[in-house]
Amino acid sequence: MKIRILPERNELDLPGRQRVADALRQLDMLPGTVMVIRNDELLTDDAWVEENDTIEIRRVMSGG
Amino acid sequence: MKCKRCRAKAEIKLRQHNAAFCRTCFVFFVQRQVERTIRQERMIANSEPVLVAVSGGKDSLALWEILHALGFTTTGLHLALGIGEYSAESTRKTKAFAAQHELPLITADLGEVAEPVPTLARFTNRPPCAACGLAKRHFMDRIANERGFPVLATGHNLDDEAARLLGNVMRWQGDYLAKQSPVLEPNHERFARKVRPLYRLSEYEMAAYAFFRGIDYILDECPNSVGASQLVYKDALNRIESEMPGAKMSFVREFFRSAQPAFAAAERPPDHECDQCGMPCFGSTCAFCRLRREVDAKRPSPPSPPTPH
Ligand code: SF4
Ligand SMILES: [Zn+2]
Ligand SMILES: [Zn+2]
Repeated sequence: MKIRILPERNELDLPGRQRVADALRQLDMLPGTVMVIRNDELLTDDAWVEENDTIEIRRVMSGG
Repeated sequence: MKCKRCRAKAEIKLRQHNAAFCRTCFVFFVQRQVERTIRQERMIANSEPVLVAVSGGKDSLALWEILHALGFTTTGLHLALGIGEYSAESTRKTKAFAAQHELPLITADLGEVAEPVPTLARFTNRPPCAACGLAKRHFMDRIANERGFPVLATGHNLDDEAARLLGNVMRWQGDYLAKQSPVLEPNHERFARKVRPLYRLSEYEMAAYAFFRGIDYILDECPNSVGASQLVYKDALNRIESEMPGAKMSFVREFFRSAQPAFAAAERPPDHECDQCGMPCFGSTCAFCRLRREVDAKRPSPPSPPTPH
């Protein structure tokens, strides 16, 4: 799956079909600190992301 | 995962509430949560016009949208901070939001009414966030007073509140703890009541709300927030929260309920009015006007025009 991370605008790939929770674990991100978006829809932790999907991960933490 | 209210497919799971919602029901949940907070904490009376501080970020724009949806009479207040492209983009997003929702907006350019944040910080050797915080508080108070608003609302969410509390507790700053409250009643006739209607909603919930409502907010962070201690506290609290869902909420709620009143009782009201701007303060000049004076004293005077031969 292709992943675009905001606000840094990083792009990366993870292999295979995975659940959102597992993908986040591999990226060392805590659920509840990022929004995982596919085609304008928010995904819950238990949702599956297919090999050919593109998702956007938006960090929600803002500071200052 | 199914929506708790309507059984449709859920788009968001809230661990601390042990619930999941579809988009429509989540929007309803957030708006109702804000409405309840305002009513239970007596933040805003129905007839009171509200000045809403808007930065262009998700929380403040969402707050403005929610207050308007709940039927309050709102005016936005945006301070253009003068922090390069970040501030320019924040101002663009705020103005676009106001225009799209046909809501009145007051914009004050810090570079025009005083000095931009980088100048304030550079000539006074203060961290940019200290100078910025002082300037924001000063102009919000002052504009609310000049325009006669009884209430000033800001978009601080649960994560902001918890991180600030942790920071204040780490340093045991009694004076800051006294002022940290979801409703701060004015202790001088020139101050407005300050309210934080989003304090029960997490940063994640606010981000999801803004996303669901199609609110176009600034995603980039202020360049000065890199390494800010607030982010360290937020990160620590998120780790605690992931092991103990609901920890942030009880940390903040119990502070407001049991400890904050004791700190507030020790506070005394401002006993002077600033000799420069007239706002309430301690001593003869307010902290912001002292900061400006320091800039004027330390800034090299502009080069004198070349003398004609
Ligand atoms: S990060 Fe600091 S300088 Fe930037 S907007 Fe926030 S308080 Fe101001
Ligand atoms: Zn629903
Ligand atoms: Zn002053």
